[in-house]
Amino acid sequence: MLTLSAVAAEAPRPQPKSGIEYAGGDVRALQADDFGNPGMLWVARGEKLWSAPAGRSGKSCAGCHRDAPTTMKGVATRYPRRDVGGGELLNLEGRINQCREQRQGADVLRYESEELLALTAYVAHQSRGMPVNVEINDANRVNFERGRDTYYRRQGQMNLACTHCHEQNAGRKLLADTISEGHGNAYPVYRLEWQSAGSLHRRLRACFFGVRAEQPAAGSAELVDLELYLASRARGLQVETPGVRR
Amino acid sequence: MLFAAMAGHAVAATPALVPYRIEGDAIPASLAPDPGDPLRGRELISGRDGNCLLCHAVAETGVRFMGDIAPPLSGVGARLSEGQLRLRIVDSSRLNPETVMPSYYKVDGLVRVAPAWRGKPVLTAQQIEDVIVYLKTLK
Ligand code: HEC
Ligand code: HEC
Repeated sequence: MLTLSAVAAEAPRPQPKSGIEYAGGDVRALQADDFGNPGMLWVARGEKLWSAPAGRSGKSCAGCHRDAPTTMKGVATRYPRRDVGGGELLNLEGRINQCREQRQGADVLRYESEELLALTAYVAHQSRGMPVNVEINDANRVNFERGRDTYYRRQGQMNLACTHCHEQNAGRKLLADTISEGHGNAYPVYRLEWQSAGSLHRRLRACFFGVRAEQPAAGSAELVDLELYLASRARGLQVETPGVRR
Repeated sequence: MLFAAMAGHAVAATPALVPYRIEGDAIPASLAPDPGDPLRGRELISGRDGNCLLCHAVAETGVRFMGDIAPPLSGVGARLSEGQLRLRIVDSSRLNPETVMPSYYKVDGLVRVAPAWRGKPVLTAQQIEDVIVYLKTLK
């Protein structure tokens, strides 16, 4: 297992392909149409929340960060990220909640709540069209390696790892689904099956469930580490938030 | 929907697994006292318990959506003996350690199995015999 992950980490990978390229024509058309894409509803809600005061400080996000299209541009391409001064690895959801708690004096937002999905979608949307560009450095290498180990670890009653579907069988069918390379560059996405927007962690938990493995909690360190590893695999793909999936 | 299928219902709690002996690339002896039932086997491979069609196509089932990760099973009854089928379903990893095919009758060596499935094989010994008898009809 260990040798497999070490080898795979070094082997050059072909250009990554976004999940949308494996999707059907109807889904692609829906994602491409800003008026039809249901995910844009969450982006619009996020825009409202951006300037709504919250918490004891009575400050809004805009109170500190001003104009999101300028100040949040490119931010999603660099996440998950660790503060220079240390602290835990944060994905966008984690950073938004950190700002709420520490700067706004507000409650943290629950994972998959409408508000957290909306704010995450709104912030990530400001990077739409820009390439994923996480940096692996001394500060986050341990997270990267943990994420990589999860990716190559067989687990669950089905005894499958991420690699078995998303690396070895991308483009093939699992029942009615075309398996993609498993990138996170379009999240949060609007998923037709959920009839809602959902986070990357919700999608990842579905994959754990599918192989009948224990599901790590959304927002857990294990999933944020995996998210960092996925982002490193997705380097160069454009951020597509809000994506659409079947 | 995807894995709603895969993560269907749990098999009834099983005591210890029936021991078996491997000869060459086969498990020659049946795992269950009763002969397999091909009708039940047919339901198992397309239903949530077996979920074989997630990965394999079996044209004879007439099911609309089937996977193509694995070789189609049409004609497998002519290619493989009962014993060979049994080993491939019970524990394909004995033949190919890198295989994507799950082991349907194994509880050891698995990592982080969800509580609902822990300590249970995917299929019971009897269900495996049902599947084998059905696959033998695919000639
Ligand atoms: C048994 C097959 C299987 C395994 C194992 C599996 N997945 Fe998936 N995964 C799927 C299918 C099917 C989909 C839905 C189609 C798609 O987008 O690939 C999916 C979707 C995804 C997506 C969404 C991609 C997109 O563009 O919307 C990500 C990310 C992902 N998987 C990551 C993982 C990770 C990480 C693991 C391991 C922890 C994993 N998967 C394990 C089958 C699998
Ligand atoms: C997650 C994918 C997956 C599932 C689910 C699955 N298989 Fe397989 N199966 C494979 C793969 C891949 C192979 C090819 C052999 C290998 O790679 O080791 C295979 C091989 C086989 C073979 C040998 C075929 C030959 O021509 O040699 C048989 C028989 C078989 N599977 C039966 C089943 C049955 C019966 C079920 C359900 C009870 C099932 N499989 C479920 C992936 C799967």
